[in-house]
Amino acid sequence: MRGASLARGLIAAGAFTVLAAAPALAQTDAKIDPADTAWMIVATALVLMMSLPGLALFYAGMVRKKNVLATMAQTLAVVALCSVLWAVVGYSLTFGGGGAMIGTLDRLLLGGMTPAAISPFAKTIPEALFMIYQMTFAVITVALVAGSVADRMRFSAFMWFAALWLIVVYVPIAHWVWGGGFLAQAGLLDFAGGTVVHLNAGVAGLVAAYLIGARHGYGSENFAPYDLSLAVIGTGMLWVGWFGFNGGSALAADARAVFAIVATHLAASTGAVTWMALEWWNRGKPSVLGMISGAVAGLGTITPASGFVLPWHGIVIGLVAGLICYWSCTWLKRACRYDDSLDVFGVHGIGGATGTVLVGVFATPALGGAAGLLAGNGEQLLIQLYGIAVTFAWSGIATFVLLKVVSAFVPLRVDRQSEIEGLDVTQHGEALQ
Amino acid sequence: MKLIIAIIKPFKLEEVRDALLGIGVHGMTVSEVKGYGRQKGHTEIYRGAEYAVNFLPKVRIEVAVPAEEADRVVEAISTAAKTGQIGDGKIFVAPIDRAMRIRTGETDADAL
Repeated sequence: MRGASLARGLIAAGAFTVLAAAPALAQTDAKIDPADTAWMIVATALVLMMSLPGLALFYAGMVRKKNVLATMAQTLAVVALCSVLWAVVGYSLTFGGGGAMIGTLDRLLLGGMTPAAISPFAKTIPEALFMIYQMTFAVITVALVAGSVADRMRFSAFMWFAALWLIVVYVPIAHWVWGGGFLAQAGLLDFAGGTVVHLNAGVAGLVAAYLIGARHGYGSENFAPYDLSLAVIGTGMLWVGWFGFNGGSALAADARAVFAIVATHLAASTGAVTWMALEWWNRGKPSVLGMISGAVAGLGTITPASGFVLPWHGIVIGLVAGLICYWSCTWLKRACRYDDSLDVFGVHGIGGATGTVLVGVFATPALGGAAGLLAGNGEQLLIQLYGIAVTFAWSGIATFVLLKVVSAFVPLRVDRQSEIEGLDVTQHGEALQ
Repeated sequence: MKLIIAIIKPFKLEEVRDALLGIGVHGMTVSEVKGYGRQKGHTEIYRGAEYAVNFLPKVRIEVAVPAEEADRVVEAISTAAKTGQIGDGKIFVAPIDRAMRIRTGETDADAL
Protein backbone atom coordinates (compact mmCIF):
# COMPACT_ATOMS: atom_id res chain seq x y z
CA MET A 1 0.00 0.00 0.00
CA ARG A 2 2.80 2.38 0.96
CA GLY A 3 4.86 1.33 -2.03
CA ALA A 4 1.96 1.95 -4.39
CA SER A 5 1.35 5.47 -3.11
CA LEU A 6 5.06 6.22 -3.25
CA ALA A 7 5.16 5.04 -6.83
CA ARG A 8 2.11 7.15 -7.64
CA GLY A 9 3.72 10.16 -6.01
CA LEU A 10 6.96 9.67 -7.90
CA ILE A 11 5.21 9.17 -11.19
CA ALA A 12 3.10 12.29 -10.65
CA ALA A 13 6.13 14.34 -9.66
CA GLY A 14 8.13 12.91 -12.51
CA ALA A 15 5.42 13.57 -15.07
CA PHE A 16 5.01 17.12 -13.87
CA THR A 17 8.72 17.81 -14.11
CA VAL A 18 9.23 16.02 -17.40
CA LEU A 19 6.38 18.01 -18.94
CA ALA A 20 7.92 21.19 -17.65
CA ALA A 21 11.35 20.32 -19.01
CA ALA A 22 10.56 18.57 -22.29
CA PRO A 23 11.99 20.69 -25.10
CA ALA A 24 9.66 19.46 -27.80
CA LEU A 25 6.53 20.79 -26.08
CA ALA A 26 7.98 24.10 -24.90
CA GLN A 27 8.31 26.12 -28.10
CA THR A 28 4.67 27.19 -28.13
CA ASP A 29 5.23 29.29 -25.00
CA ALA A 30 8.62 30.74 -25.90
CA LYS A 31 8.61 34.51 -26.33
CA ILE A 32 11.11 37.05 -25.09
CA ASP A 33 9.68 39.22 -22.34
CA PRO A 34 11.52 42.52 -21.80
CA ALA A 35 10.88 42.68 -18.06
CA ASP A 36 12.13 39.16 -17.47
CA THR A 37 15.13 39.85 -19.66
CA ALA A 38 15.99 43.07 -17.86
CA TRP A 39 15.81 41.44 -14.46
CA MET A 40 17.84 38.43 -15.54
CA ILE A 41 20.59 40.65 -16.93
CA VAL A 42 20.79 42.33 -13.54
CA ALA A 43 20.65 38.99 -11.77
CA THR A 44 23.55 37.74 -13.87
CA ALA A 45 25.63 40.74 -12.90
CA LEU A 46 24.71 40.25 -9.24
CA VAL A 47 25.79 36.63 -9.25
CA LEU A 48 29.04 37.44 -11.06
CA MET A 49 29.68 40.05 -8.39
CA MET A 50 29.32 37.29 -5.81
CA SER A 51 32.47 35.75 -7.28
CA LEU A 52 34.21 38.94 -8.28
CA PRO A 53 34.97 40.34 -5.83
CA GLY A 54 32.55 38.91 -3.25
CA LEU A 55 34.03 35.46 -2.77
CA ALA A 56 37.56 36.71 -3.42
CA LEU A 57 37.28 39.18 -0.54
CA PHE A 58 35.39 36.79 1.71
CA TYR A 59 38.05 34.11 1.39
CA ALA A 60 41.14 36.28 1.21
CA GLY A 61 40.26 38.18 4.36
CA MET A 62 40.23 34.95 6.31
CA VAL A 63 43.61 33.54 5.35
CA ARG A 64 46.99 34.66 6.61
CA LYS A 65 48.70 37.70 5.11
CA LYS A 66 51.23 35.68 3.14
CA ASN A 67 48.45 33.91 1.21
CA VAL A 68 45.93 36.71 0.61
CA LEU A 69 46.84 37.37 -3.02
CA ALA A 70 47.13 33.70 -3.84
CA THR A 71 43.65 33.09 -2.46
CA MET A 72 42.26 35.87 -4.60
CA ALA A 73 44.15 34.47 -7.57
CA GLN A 74 42.26 31.21 -7.23
CA THR A 75 38.88 32.93 -7.50
CA LEU A 76 40.04 35.19 -10.32
CA ALA A 77 41.57 32.41 -12.35
CA VAL A 78 38.60 30.10 -11.88
CA VAL A 79 36.15 32.73 -13.07
CA ALA A 80 38.24 33.41 -16.13
CA LEU A 81 39.06 29.82 -17.05
CA CYS A 82 35.72 28.26 -16.26
CA SER A 83 33.75 31.01 -18.01
CA VAL A 84 35.47 30.10 -21.24
CA LEU A 85 35.11 26.37 -20.68
CA TRP A 86 31.43 26.84 -19.92
CA ALA A 87 30.88 28.73 -23.14
CA VAL A 88 32.90 26.24 -25.18
CA VAL A 89 31.41 22.99 -23.90
CA GLY A 90 29.98 23.22 -20.40
CA TYR A 91 26.69 24.88 -21.32
CA SER A 92 26.01 22.47 -24.13
CA LEU A 93 26.59 19.39 -22.03
CA THR A 94 24.42 20.74 -19.23
CA PHE A 95 21.49 22.37 -20.98
CA GLY A 96 21.78 21.21 -24.57
CA GLY A 97 18.91 18.77 -24.36
CA GLY A 98 20.09 15.21 -24.19
CA GLY A 99 18.94 12.42 -21.92
CA ALA A 100 18.90 11.34 -18.32
CA MET A 101 22.66 11.42 -17.82
CA ILE A 102 24.15 14.20 -19.92
CA GLY A 103 23.32 16.85 -22.49
CA THR A 104 24.52 17.07 -26.08
CA LEU A 105 27.18 18.92 -28.04
CA ASP A 106 24.51 20.85 -29.96
CA ARG A 107 25.72 24.09 -28.45
CA LEU A 108 29.44 23.40 -28.68
CA LEU A 109 31.17 26.80 -28.83
CA LEU A 110 27.63 28.15 -28.46
CA GLY A 111 26.98 27.17 -32.07
CA GLY A 112 23.42 27.80 -33.21
CA MET A 113 22.68 30.17 -30.39
CA THR A 114 21.33 33.11 -32.35
CA PRO A 115 19.98 36.33 -30.84
CA ALA A 116 16.50 34.93 -31.33
CA ALA A 117 17.24 31.58 -29.73
CA ILE A 118 15.31 30.65 -26.61
CA SER A 119 16.11 27.81 -24.26
CA PRO A 120 13.28 25.48 -23.25
CA PHE A 121 14.50 25.94 -19.69
CA ALA A 122 13.90 29.70 -19.70
CA LYS A 123 11.19 30.53 -22.16
CA THR A 124 10.93 34.29 -21.77
CA ILE A 125 14.55 35.37 -22.03
CA PRO A 126 17.18 35.05 -24.77
CA GLU A 127 19.05 31.75 -24.61
CA ALA A 128 22.32 33.67 -24.49
CA LEU A 129 21.17 35.26 -21.26
CA PHE A 130 20.18 31.92 -19.77
CA MET A 131 23.59 30.61 -20.79
CA ILE A 132 25.54 33.37 -19.13
CA TYR A 133 23.36 33.38 -16.04
CA GLN A 134 24.09 29.70 -15.60
CA MET A 135 27.75 30.44 -16.25
CA THR A 136 27.93 32.57 -13.13
CA PHE A 137 26.61 29.63 -11.10
CA ALA A 138 29.13 27.25 -12.59
CA VAL A 139 32.13 29.45 -11.92
CA ILE A 140 31.23 30.29 -8.34
CA THR A 141 30.74 26.61 -7.53
CA VAL A 142 34.25 25.80 -8.70
CA ALA A 143 35.65 28.84 -6.89
CA LEU A 144 34.00 27.72 -3.65
CA VAL A 145 36.02 24.51 -3.58
CA ALA A 146 39.26 26.50 -3.29
CA GLY A 147 38.31 27.49 0.24
CA SER A 148 38.95 24.01 1.59
CA VAL A 149 42.50 23.83 0.33
CA ALA A 150 43.50 27.40 1.00
CA ASP A 151 47.07 28.14 2.05
CA ARG A 152 48.61 24.99 0.60
CA MET A 153 47.45 23.93 -2.84
CA ARG A 154 49.75 24.39 -5.80
CA PHE A 155 48.27 26.93 -8.23
CA SER A 156 48.98 24.86 -11.34
CA ALA A 157 47.40 21.77 -9.82
CA PHE A 158 44.42 23.83 -8.77
CA MET A 159 43.94 25.16 -12.31
CA TRP A 160 44.00 21.69 -13.82
CA PHE A 161 41.63 20.49 -11.15
CA ALA A 162 39.26 23.41 -11.69
CA ALA A 163 39.02 22.79 -15.43
CA LEU A 164 38.41 19.07 -15.03
CA TRP A 165 36.06 19.43 -12.09
CA LEU A 166 33.81 21.82 -13.97
CA ILE A 167 33.30 19.34 -16.79
CA VAL A 168 33.34 16.06 -14.89
CA VAL A 169 31.55 16.99 -11.66
CA TYR A 170 29.59 20.23 -12.01
CA VAL A 171 28.22 19.72 -15.51
CA PRO A 172 26.68 16.27 -14.90
CA ILE A 173 25.09 17.21 -11.59
CA ALA A 174 23.71 20.44 -13.04
CA HIS A 175 22.32 18.47 -15.96
CA TRP A 176 20.73 15.88 -13.68
CA VAL A 177 19.06 18.51 -11.48
CA TRP A 178 18.36 21.41 -13.86
CA GLY A 179 19.05 20.22 -17.38
CA GLY A 180 16.28 17.67 -17.63
CA GLY A 181 18.33 14.79 -16.27
CA PHE A 182 17.26 11.92 -14.07
CA LEU A 183 17.09 13.85 -10.80
CA ALA A 184 14.77 16.41 -12.35
CA GLN A 185 12.72 13.56 -13.77
CA ALA A 186 12.54 12.05 -10.31
CA GLY A 187 11.06 15.27 -9.01
CA LEU A 188 14.01 16.64 -7.04
CA LEU A 189 13.37 20.21 -5.91
CA ASP A 190 16.41 22.45 -5.97
CA PHE A 191 15.53 26.01 -6.75
CA ALA A 192 18.93 27.66 -6.96
CA GLY A 193 21.58 25.08 -6.15
CA GLY A 194 21.48 23.41 -2.76
CA THR A 195 22.79 20.25 -4.37
CA VAL A 196 24.31 21.54 -7.61
CA VAL A 197 26.30 24.33 -5.98
CA HIS A 198 26.61 24.06 -2.23
CA LEU A 199 26.55 20.38 -1.37
CA ASN A 200 28.58 19.68 -4.47
CA ALA A 201 31.31 22.20 -3.62
CA GLY A 202 31.23 21.26 0.04
CA VAL A 203 31.79 17.56 -0.54
CA ALA A 204 34.50 18.25 -3.09
CA GLY A 205 36.20 20.54 -0.62
CA LEU A 206 36.02 17.94 2.10
CA VAL A 207 37.56 15.27 -0.11
CA ALA A 208 40.27 17.68 -1.23
CA ALA A 209 41.02 18.71 2.35
CA TYR A 210 41.43 15.09 3.39
CA LEU A 211 43.55 14.18 0.36
CA ILE A 212 45.82 17.21 0.49
CA GLY A 213 46.22 17.08 4.22
CA ALA A 214 46.23 19.71 6.92
CA ARG A 215 48.18 22.93 6.76
CA HIS A 216 51.61 22.90 8.31
CA GLY A 217 51.20 24.13 11.85
CA TYR A 218 47.44 23.48 11.95
CA GLY A 219 46.30 23.24 15.53
CA SER A 220 49.47 24.67 17.01
CA GLU A 221 50.32 27.89 15.21
CA ASN A 222 48.44 31.16 15.10
CA PHE A 223 46.31 31.11 11.94
CA ALA A 224 44.41 34.28 12.77
CA PRO A 225 42.74 35.90 9.72
CA TYR A 226 44.67 38.64 7.96
CA ASP A 227 41.86 41.16 7.76
CA LEU A 228 38.31 40.26 8.67
CA SER A 229 37.07 43.59 7.36
CA LEU A 230 37.76 42.24 3.85
CA ALA A 231 35.70 39.20 4.72
CA VAL A 232 32.86 41.40 5.95
CA ILE A 233 32.87 43.39 2.73
CA GLY A 234 32.89 40.14 0.79
CA THR A 235 29.95 38.88 2.82
CA GLY A 236 28.02 42.03 1.99
CA MET A 237 28.54 41.39 -1.69
CA LEU A 238 27.57 37.77 -1.33
CA TRP A 239 24.41 38.67 0.61
CA VAL A 240 23.27 41.31 -1.88
CA GLY A 241 24.38 39.20 -4.82
CA TRP A 242 22.29 36.32 -3.51
CA PHE A 243 19.21 38.35 -4.42
CA GLY A 244 20.28 37.57 -7.97
CA PHE A 245 21.31 34.01 -7.17
CA ASN A 246 17.98 32.98 -5.67
CA GLY A 247 15.75 35.71 -7.07
CA GLY A 248 17.11 35.14 -10.55
CA SER A 249 16.47 31.43 -10.36
CA ALA A 250 12.83 32.24 -10.92
CA LEU A 251 14.04 33.15 -14.42
CA ALA A 252 11.36 35.81 -14.48
CA ALA A 253 10.55 39.20 -13.00
CA ASP A 254 7.59 38.00 -11.02
CA ALA A 255 6.21 37.38 -7.56
CA ARG A 256 8.04 34.09 -7.26
CA ALA A 257 11.36 35.89 -7.67
CA VAL A 258 10.29 38.33 -4.98
CA PHE A 259 9.26 35.57 -2.58
CA ALA A 260 12.58 33.87 -3.20
CA ILE A 261 14.39 37.10 -2.36
CA VAL A 262 12.34 37.65 0.77
CA ALA A 263 12.94 34.13 2.05
CA THR A 264 16.62 34.47 1.20
CA HIS A 265 17.07 37.71 3.07
CA LEU A 266 15.20 36.45 6.12
CA ALA A 267 17.25 33.27 6.18
CA ALA A 268 20.50 35.22 6.00
CA SER A 269 19.39 37.55 8.76
CA THR A 270 18.18 34.76 11.01
CA GLY A 271 21.33 32.75 10.35
CA ALA A 272 23.49 35.67 11.37
CA VAL A 273 21.55 36.34 14.56
CA THR A 274 21.47 32.66 15.46
CA TRP A 275 25.20 32.14 15.09
CA MET A 276 25.80 35.37 16.96
CA ALA A 277 23.58 34.21 19.83
CA LEU A 278 25.21 30.78 19.91
CA GLU A 279 28.66 32.23 20.15
CA TRP A 280 27.60 34.75 22.73
CA TRP A 281 26.22 31.94 24.86
CA ASN A 282 29.01 29.46 24.10
CA ARG A 283 32.06 31.70 24.09
CA GLY A 284 31.01 34.81 25.88
CA LYS A 285 31.44 37.15 22.94
CA PRO A 286 29.64 37.50 19.59
CA SER A 287 32.32 37.63 16.92
CA VAL A 288 32.16 39.36 13.57
CA LEU A 289 33.41 36.18 11.92
CA GLY A 290 30.51 34.40 13.56
CA MET A 291 27.97 36.89 12.25
CA ILE A 292 29.16 36.62 8.67
CA SER A 293 29.45 32.86 8.89
CA GLY A 294 25.90 32.64 10.16
CA ALA A 295 24.67 34.86 7.36
CA VAL A 296 26.39 32.78 4.70
CA ALA A 297 25.12 29.59 6.33
CA GLY A 298 21.59 30.94 6.16
CA LEU A 299 22.06 31.95 2.54
CA GLY A 300 23.45 28.61 1.46
CA THR A 301 20.76 26.68 3.28
CA ILE A 302 17.80 28.67 1.89
CA THR A 303 19.17 28.39 -1.65
CA PRO A 304 17.41 25.18 -2.71
CA ALA A 305 14.22 26.18 -0.92
CA SER A 306 13.93 29.87 -1.76
CA GLY A 307 11.41 29.59 -4.58
CA PHE A 308 9.31 26.94 -2.93
CA VAL A 309 8.69 28.24 0.57
CA LEU A 310 6.93 31.03 2.42
CA PRO A 311 8.79 33.91 4.05
CA TRP A 312 8.36 32.61 7.57
CA HIS A 313 9.85 29.31 6.46
CA GLY A 314 12.91 31.35 5.56
CA ILE A 315 13.21 32.42 9.18
CA VAL A 316 12.99 28.83 10.40
CA ILE A 317 15.46 27.63 7.79
CA GLY A 318 17.88 30.40 8.75
CA LEU A 319 17.62 29.38 12.39
CA VAL A 320 18.30 25.73 11.58
CA ALA A 321 21.20 26.76 9.34
CA GLY A 322 22.79 28.80 12.09
CA LEU A 323 22.55 25.94 14.54
CA ILE A 324 23.67 23.11 12.28
CA CYS A 325 26.47 24.96 10.51
CA TYR A 326 27.85 26.33 13.78
CA TRP A 327 27.98 22.78 15.06
CA SER A 328 29.66 21.44 11.93
CA CYS A 329 32.30 24.18 11.83
CA THR A 330 33.28 23.59 15.41
CA TRP A 331 32.47 20.19 16.85
CA LEU A 332 32.25 18.15 13.65
CA LYS A 333 35.46 19.50 12.16
CA ARG A 334 37.36 18.83 15.34
CA ALA A 335 35.90 15.36 15.76
CA CYS A 336 36.59 14.30 12.19
CA ARG A 337 39.97 15.98 12.13
CA TYR A 338 40.00 17.59 8.70
CA ASP A 339 41.53 20.93 7.84
CA ASP A 340 38.83 22.51 5.70
CA SER A 341 40.52 25.88 5.89
CA LEU A 342 37.51 28.07 5.19
CA ASP A 343 34.73 25.69 6.19
CA VAL A 344 33.37 25.05 2.74
CA PHE A 345 31.96 21.73 3.88
CA GLY A 346 30.79 23.03 7.24
CA VAL A 347 28.87 25.94 5.76
CA HIS A 348 28.10 25.13 2.12
CA GLY A 349 28.15 21.35 2.22
CA ILE A 350 26.13 20.86 5.38
CA GLY A 351 24.01 23.94 4.64
CA GLY A 352 23.21 22.86 1.12
CA ALA A 353 22.23 19.38 2.26
CA THR A 354 20.14 20.73 5.12
CA GLY A 355 18.35 23.13 2.84
CA THR A 356 17.68 20.42 0.30
CA VAL A 357 16.06 18.31 3.01
CA LEU A 358 14.05 21.25 4.31
CA VAL A 359 12.52 21.84 0.87
CA GLY A 360 10.97 18.44 1.37
CA VAL A 361 9.45 19.74 4.58
CA PHE A 362 8.34 23.23 3.67
CA ALA A 363 7.57 23.20 -0.06
CA THR A 364 4.32 25.10 -0.55
CA PRO A 365 2.20 24.44 -3.65
CA ALA A 366 1.16 28.09 -4.03
CA LEU A 367 4.74 29.01 -4.87
CA GLY A 368 6.19 26.39 -7.14
CA GLY A 369 3.51 23.80 -7.56
CA ALA A 370 5.32 21.37 -5.30
CA ALA A 371 4.20 20.17 -1.90
CA GLY A 372 6.36 19.12 1.00
CA LEU A 373 5.75 17.32 4.26
CA LEU A 374 3.85 20.17 5.92
CA ALA A 375 1.56 20.36 2.89
CA GLY A 376 0.76 16.69 3.23
CA ASN A 377 3.29 15.17 0.84
CA GLY A 378 5.81 13.01 2.68
CA GLU A 379 7.27 11.48 -0.46
CA GLN A 380 9.09 14.67 -1.40
CA LEU A 381 11.44 14.19 1.53
CA LEU A 382 12.52 10.85 0.12
CA ILE A 383 13.18 12.39 -3.28
CA GLN A 384 15.22 15.11 -1.64
CA LEU A 385 17.31 12.57 0.26
CA TYR A 386 17.83 10.67 -2.95
CA GLY A 387 19.12 13.83 -4.62
CA ILE A 388 21.47 14.50 -1.72
CA ALA A 389 22.82 10.95 -1.84
CA VAL A 390 23.48 11.09 -5.57
CA THR A 391 25.20 14.48 -5.33
CA PHE A 392 27.28 13.38 -2.37
CA ALA A 393 28.36 10.21 -4.10
CA TRP A 394 29.18 11.69 -7.48
CA SER A 395 30.92 14.75 -6.12
CA GLY A 396 32.89 12.77 -3.58
CA ILE A 397 34.02 9.95 -5.82
CA ALA A 398 34.68 11.98 -8.95
CA THR A 399 36.57 14.64 -7.00
CA PHE A 400 38.75 11.98 -5.44
CA VAL A 401 39.51 10.44 -8.82
CA LEU A 402 40.23 13.81 -10.44
CA LEU A 403 42.62 14.81 -7.68
CA LYS A 404 44.44 11.51 -8.03
CA VAL A 405 44.69 12.02 -11.77
CA VAL A 406 46.02 15.57 -11.43
CA SER A 407 48.48 14.51 -8.75
CA ALA A 408 49.97 11.97 -11.14
CA PHE A 409 51.25 14.90 -13.21
CA VAL A 410 51.63 17.75 -10.74
CA PRO A 411 51.94 17.64 -6.95
CA LEU A 412 48.74 18.92 -5.40
CA ARG A 413 50.51 20.65 -2.60
CA VAL A 414 53.36 23.17 -2.56
CA ASP A 415 56.54 22.04 -0.84
CA ARG A 416 56.98 22.62 2.86
CA GLN A 417 59.30 25.60 2.50
CA SER A 418 56.97 27.36 0.06
CA GLU A 419 54.07 26.81 2.38
CA ILE A 420 55.97 28.38 5.24
CA GLU A 421 57.15 31.30 3.14
CA GLY A 422 53.70 31.86 1.73
CA LEU A 423 51.92 31.29 -1.56
CA ASP A 424 51.83 34.95 -2.64
CA VAL A 425 55.57 35.10 -3.06
CA THR A 426 56.27 31.51 -4.06
CA GLN A 427 53.34 30.91 -6.45
CA HIS A 428 52.82 34.38 -7.87
CA GLY A 429 55.94 36.41 -7.16
CA GLU A 430 53.95 39.10 -5.39
CA ALA A 431 53.44 40.34 -1.86
CA LEU A 432 51.23 42.71 0.02
CA GLN A 433 53.29 45.66 1.08
CA MET B 1 75.27 61.83 22.84
CA LYS B 2 72.66 59.37 23.97
CA LEU B 3 69.95 57.42 22.14
CA ILE B 4 66.84 57.19 24.30
CA ILE B 5 64.73 54.16 23.30
CA ALA B 6 61.28 53.97 24.86
CA ILE B 7 58.72 51.18 24.42
CA ILE B 8 55.34 52.57 25.40
CA LYS B 9 51.65 51.83 25.11
CA PRO B 10 50.41 53.05 21.70
CA PHE B 11 47.73 55.39 23.00
CA LYS B 12 50.38 57.32 25.00
CA LEU B 13 52.28 58.45 21.93
CA GLU B 14 50.74 61.90 21.56
CA GLU B 15 51.16 62.64 25.26
CA VAL B 16 54.83 61.69 25.13
CA ARG B 17 55.35 63.78 22.00
CA ASP B 18 53.77 66.81 23.70
CA ALA B 19 55.89 66.31 26.80
CA LEU B 20 59.09 66.16 24.73
CA LEU B 21 58.11 69.26 22.78
CA GLY B 22 57.62 70.95 26.13
CA ILE B 23 61.26 70.38 27.10
CA GLY B 24 62.63 71.39 23.74
CA VAL B 25 63.05 68.04 21.98
CA HIS B 26 61.79 68.51 18.45
CA GLY B 27 62.52 65.23 16.65
CA MET B 28 61.89 61.56 17.12
CA THR B 29 61.50 58.30 15.24
CA VAL B 30 58.47 56.17 15.91
CA SER B 31 57.79 52.58 14.94
CA GLU B 32 54.97 50.15 15.63
CA VAL B 33 56.28 47.05 17.33
CA LYS B 34 55.01 44.03 19.24
CA GLY B 35 56.25 42.78 22.51
CA TYR B 36 55.54 41.60 26.01
CA GLY B 37 57.05 41.76 29.43
CA ARG B 38 54.94 41.01 32.44
CA GLN B 39 51.73 41.87 30.62
CA LYS B 40 50.08 38.68 29.42
CA GLY B 41 48.65 38.39 25.92
CA HIS B 42 45.09 37.45 25.17
CA THR B 43 43.17 34.69 23.40
CA GLU B 44 41.43 35.13 20.08
CA ILE B 45 38.82 32.72 18.82
CA TYR B 46 37.98 32.21 15.15
CA ARG B 47 35.11 29.83 14.44
CA GLY B 48 36.02 27.59 17.31
CA ALA B 49 39.78 27.74 16.75
CA GLU B 50 41.58 29.40 19.67
CA TYR B 51 44.86 31.21 19.26
CA ALA B 52 46.98 32.60 22.09
CA VAL B 53 48.23 36.02 21.06
CA ASN B 54 51.38 36.60 23.13
CA PHE B 55 52.68 39.73 21.49
CA LEU B 56 50.95 42.99 22.24
CA PRO B 57 51.13 46.09 20.07
CA LYS B 58 53.48 48.74 21.41
CA VAL B 59 55.12 51.88 20.07
CA ARG B 60 58.89 52.35 20.04
CA ILE B 61 60.23 55.92 20.22
CA GLU B 62 63.84 56.79 19.53
CA VAL B 63 65.24 60.19 20.44
CA ALA B 64 68.89 61.30 20.09
CA VAL B 65 69.93 63.96 22.61
CA PRO B 66 73.11 65.46 24.07
CA ALA B 67 74.30 63.40 27.05
CA GLU B 68 73.52 66.11 29.60
CA GLU B 69 69.85 66.17 28.57
CA ALA B 70 69.29 62.42 28.77
CA ASP B 71 67.98 62.42 32.33
CA ARG B 72 65.42 65.16 31.63
CA VAL B 73 64.20 63.33 28.55
CA VAL B 74 63.87 60.02 30.37
CA GLU B 75 61.95 61.79 33.12
CA ALA B 76 59.59 63.49 30.66
CA ILE B 77 58.84 60.27 28.75
CA SER B 78 58.37 58.28 31.92
CA THR B 79 55.88 60.75 33.41
CA ALA B 80 53.89 61.07 30.19
CA ALA B 81 53.77 57.35 29.39
CA LYS B 82 52.91 56.05 32.82
CA THR B 83 49.44 54.66 33.59
CA GLY B 84 50.29 52.57 36.61
CA GLN B 85 49.04 49.38 34.91
CA ILE B 86 51.20 46.44 33.93
CA GLY B 87 52.48 46.91 30.34
CA ASP B 88 53.49 50.59 30.57
CA GLY B 89 56.83 49.75 28.95
CA LYS B 90 60.52 50.48 29.40
CA ILE B 91 63.07 53.17 28.59
CA PHE B 92 66.67 52.45 27.61
CA VAL B 93 69.58 54.84 27.28
CA ALA B 94 72.30 53.83 24.85
CA PRO B 95 75.47 55.68 23.81
CA ILE B 96 75.80 57.13 20.32
CA ASP B 97 79.29 57.04 18.74
CA ARG B 98 78.62 59.51 15.92
CA ALA B 99 75.75 61.44 14.39
CA MET B 100 75.28 63.40 11.14
CA ARG B 101 72.58 65.60 9.63
CA ILE B 102 72.33 64.34 6.09
CA ARG B 103 71.20 67.56 4.41
CA THR B 104 73.99 69.79 5.71
CA GLY B 105 76.71 67.37 6.75
CA GLU B 106 76.78 68.71 10.31
CA THR B 107 78.12 66.18 12.76
CA ASP B 108 77.74 65.13 16.38
CA ALA B 109 76.28 67.82 18.66
CA ASP B 110 75.40 70.05 15.68
CA ALA B 111 73.42 67.21 14.15
CA LEU B 112 71.09 66.71 17.11
